[in-house]
Amino acid sequence: MKDILQELEARRAVARAGGGEKRVAAQHGKGKLTARERIELLLDEGSFEEFDMFVAHRSTDFGMEENRHPGDGVVTGWGTINGRMVYVFSQDFTVLGGSVSESHAAKFCKMMDMAILNGAPVIGINDSGGARIQEGVGSLAAYGEVFQRNILASGVVPQISLIMGPCAGGAVYSPAMTDFIFMVKDSSYMFVTGPDVVKTVTNEQVTAEELGGASTHTRKSSVADGAFENDVEALAETRRLFDFLPLNNREKAPVRPFFDDPARLEPSLDTLVPDNPNQPYDMKELITKLADEGDFFEIQAAFAANIITGFIRIEGQSVGVVANQPMVLAGCLDIDASRKAARFVRFCDAFEIPILTLVDVPGFLPGVSQELGGVIKHGAKLLFAYGEATVPKVTVLTRKTYGGAYVVMSSKHLRGDFNYAWPTAEVAVMGAKGAVEILYRNELGDAARIAARVKEYEDRFANPFVAAERGFIDEVIMPHSTRRRVARAFASLRGKKLTNPWKKHDNIPL
Amino acid sequence: MFKKILIANRGEIACRVIKTARKMGIKTVAVYSDADRNALHVSMADEAVHIGASPAAQSYIVIDKIMAAIKATGAEAVHPGYGFLSENMNFAAALEAAGVVFIGPPSGAIEAMGDKITSKKLAMEAGVSTVPGHMGLIADADEAVRIATQIGYPVMIKASAGGGGKGMRIAWDDAEAREGFQSSKNEAAASFGDDRIFIEKFVTQPRHIEIQVLADKHGNTVYLHERECSIQRRNQKVIEEAPSPFLDAATRKAMGEQACALARAVGYTSAGTVEFIVDGNRNFYFLEMNTRLQVEHPVTELITGVDLVEQMIRVAYGEALPFRQEDLKINGWAMESRLYAEDPYRNFLPSIGRLTRYRPPVEGPTATGIVRNDTGVFEGGEISMFYDPMIAKLCTWAPTRAGAIEEMRIALDTFEVEGIGHNLPFVGAVMDHPRFQSGNITTAFIAEEYPDGFKGAVLTDDVVRRLAAAAAAMNRVAEIRRTRISGTMDNHTRRVGDDWVVSLQDTEHAVKIDADPEGSTVTFADGTAMRVTSDWTPGQPLARLTVDGVLMAVKMAKIPMGFRMRLRGADLKVHVRTPRQHALAALMLEKQPPDTSKYLLCPMPGLIVRISVEVGDEVQEGQALATVEAMKMENILKAERRGVVKAVKASAGASLRVDDVILEFE
Repeated sequence: MKDILQELEARRAVARAGGGEKRVAAQHGKGKLTARERIELLLDEGSFEEFDMFVAHRSTDFGMEENRHPGDGVVTGWGTINGRMVYVFSQDFTVLGGSVSESHAAKFCKMMDMAILNGAPVIGINDSGGARIQEGVGSLAAYGEVFQRNILASGVVPQISLIMGPCAGGAVYSPAMTDFIFMVKDSSYMFVTGPDVVKTVTNEQVTAEELGGASTHTRKSSVADGAFENDVEALAETRRLFDFLPLNNREKAPVRPFFDDPARLEPSLDTLVPDNPNQPYDMKELITKLADEGDFFEIQAAFAANIITGFIRIEGQSVGVVANQPMVLAGCLDIDASRKAARFVRFCDAFEIPILTLVDVPGFLPGVSQELGGVIKHGAKLLFAYGEATVPKVTVLTRKTYGGAYVVMSSKHLRGDFNYAWPTAEVAVMGAKGAVEILYRNELGDAARIAARVKEYEDRFANPFVAAERGFIDEVIMPHSTRRRVARAFASLRGKKLTNPWKKHDNIPL
Repeated sequence: MFKKILIANRGEIACRVIKTARKMGIKTVAVYSDADRNALHVSMADEAVHIGASPAAQSYIVIDKIMAAIKATGAEAVHPGYGFLSENMNFAAALEAAGVVFIGPPSGAIEAMGDKITSKKLAMEAGVSTVPGHMGLIADADEAVRIATQIGYPVMIKASAGGGGKGMRIAWDDAEAREGFQSSKNEAAASFGDDRIFIEKFVTQPRHIEIQVLADKHGNTVYLHERECSIQRRNQKVIEEAPSPFLDAATRKAMGEQACALARAVGYTSAGTVEFIVDGNRNFYFLEMNTRLQVEHPVTELITGVDLVEQMIRVAYGEALPFRQEDLKINGWAMESRLYAEDPYRNFLPSIGRLTRYRPPVEGPTATGIVRNDTGVFEGGEISMFYDPMIAKLCTWAPTRAGAIEEMRIALDTFEVEGIGHNLPFVGAVMDHPRFQSGNITTAFIAEEYPDGFKGAVLTDDVVRRLAAAAAAMNRVAEIRRTRISGTMDNHTRRVGDDWVVSLQDTEHAVKIDADPEGSTVTFADGTAMRVTSDWTPGQPLARLTVDGVLMAVKMAKIPMGFRMRLRGADLKVHVRTPRQHALAALMLEKQPPDTSKYLLCPMPGLIVRISVEVGDEVQEGQALATVEAMKMENILKAERRGVVKAVKASAGASLRVDDVILEFE
């Protein structure tokens, strides 16, 4: 009996050793942790329960029968983050380069199946050389199985991908279909075809970092939602994000004890909007002053900064924030901003996270590149996302909202539950000057007359009361009491139930 | 008494004067420029009059506009504060002509003390000790050398109309005297349009000590002892105190009596300050007389109990001083820190913008002293580019100098200012500096102790250990809160452990925490333990703690696996990790700061409104480089680091795409 117990320990030791001391040292030398170390940092101490520790591949081609490792290059299982359940898989670059075989992928699939069944999120840690070429089509089939499960899990449980090493070729499409992708600066990259192939095919010279590093994907391609300095920071911040997310689409957003008075007044907000309408201000100040304890987890901070997306808590409960940022491009909507915010709104709606929208938008960005780039369809994504969302929607209009962008930004007409405006707000088809130039085209030669017309238009429309008279604005509120008003609004919406007409699924303009 | 006075000033000093006037039952009138429309002094006053555009030259120093405001409001008297029109004899004369009382000295006294050479002559005649030097004008370099030899090197060569270090040279021998004379003369002509030069002895180990005087219109003149203002940065006072740690009773008395003699000699009334330079042997020499209320007057008020503004108003009204010299004792010690919107980490570059957070310490008596904060700003207010970048004057009082410093340390640590760069960390570091604490200071203190600028204070080992204990205890509270989230697995909740490793300021501390309802006992690896108690809750930006019996106030912010903690001029990343997390974190590579780009790139598609620098300009971190207009909004692009402009690639009016090059640096 004792021998048998000892054999289990011996086998476990082999599996835990991964690719052996040398490969582990090489991994550490690159500033990267091993698959198991990453799981240790991601999960609560001692909470990890491993699955399939002894799974090995069955391949015999190219001498693979001599190269078998228990676990087959990926560690899978479940554990807790601050006591809440999560499924994880973590690719082990020290074993066969973390390459994906049939049995390797089968381990992922088992986790994802269980996650859907039991309603807990999946976090995947990617660090892999790609498909295991020795297995040929079997490896491709394995990818397909994983993709299918990513698709089925989407909208059922949150899926988070951490890219902590290479992630190339077909493998990128698994993280691509998850809800959030985070990368580690300098030690991770993602691309469909690498620099060598790019060189051969298009004769473009490019480094792996330029083609698919953290900077590229957070700033330009928007493939990634954020990047962190190193593995340790990335894992700590993933824990922080996890605490904002519900476990599945049947549960409410999590609540935790808070130490911030929901009725806290912020007199400084009364001076946030500058006297000069052409002067920008930082919308993030409003977000952090509304949030519990000023805690804001931003998503896609480095991309389309003219719109801000991220999570805060109000009265301890997660709230998704979408806000125009006057500091960048005057906070206008453009292709990138619409895409970014639309995806965020849809995530929140899928997982019952209430949405707070802070509006100061001069309209859609004019320009040839915008029109040729399809701003019509991209802008429609955000419009569509807000319109279909059934979660509690509270909107605060701080300064201006013009034209179609007014309707898009969670307006009353898109079933906004609470639409508040500050006294500095104005709702109009366009700015006074532009409007007058159209309405009084024949008077354009007379500067004094035009000025008077502008003044007339401003007096009529440059305030929130015209919209309030129509009920498009529910209430004009003092900036300093915004936190209290917003908190009470969300509190009153806890019982909200809204169902869209039955459909197989909608046809959002992708 | 006056029914209504106008304050011809702005900012903290306007607020300061309004407070005393209100206490005396006098109505107040504020004046304001465009930029000050929402300023604190405007909301504090009973009435406010708009006097013009933001630049002071179009508002606060335009005599006609102030006169119109007086007429419009019927103010009987004007307090000029400091700066602006406070030492402008034309203003004093204009008021006189209009029959409005000037709350300050007679215009004759302002005129007499306004010129360096005249004032020095008057001082000498009044028996005031002056720096040995040549009072007359100097014809040429040969005469300069002859005079310098007579006085004895080192000598100071100065422009008569000078100020702010311009047209000033120190010479240690004949050659330097010859060269210094010429360059001072050139600079003086260029800067002041007045190339008169004089030479005087250069005082070594100089300290700046000044005497506060107060005189009424009934022939009473008293001195309210001294203030030491040696802590200066480029002739700008930063920290002042009263009394001076250097003076003895005999020197104080001699200086005070000479100051009064000078005041009498020029027929002075109201409050005034006679500035002296004092050498290492307590020889003191007259520098100049400031015929107004000084910025640093609160320290005198704190040690004498006299409200100087009140006395100025009473004297102006014609009342006699209610005390005599023998009534004026020194009670305890007072310190003043001038809080400037200047970023010490960026070579004290002025920082303008919105005060997103402004929470000064509570004013009034503390357990061991007094806190006073004279300010003209508020949270959500704007530090504008048009005026002096002073945010506040934080003063503390205690029975002893050490006590006043300790009060100041706590007051600075609890003073929350965010949104702009400011010198609070620097002042905090000076308070902790052993040389400052010893009182062995000179006007060269900052230049000598911070020759390469300020990079943040290095905390002493005992403070580091207390901070480590505090961080461990607070982190435990934050971790436990995380486990209280909804949706946890029944019976399998996370248990927060007791063993932690705290790393900060290149040190590591393995600790064990024993928590109880009242606080935590943090035990270090060497067996020593510290008791930590605090009412801090996660997310609070300011933590007040008692650690090992010592009161601490720490500014807190969250970073991954720890806190950013600020106190005593230090700004630290403090990590609190389990031993295992700590071991794994140690495997992370030390990253070099990213290759600093040599270009200023256009961050957004837009139109260049202006390029604020030229080829060859040396720019400081945070300096405005260019303004880009996008969607009708002006965005100022600032330098991310120091550098020299090599090329300007775009010009005003150019329409740029994202990442187009605007400037290239060397």
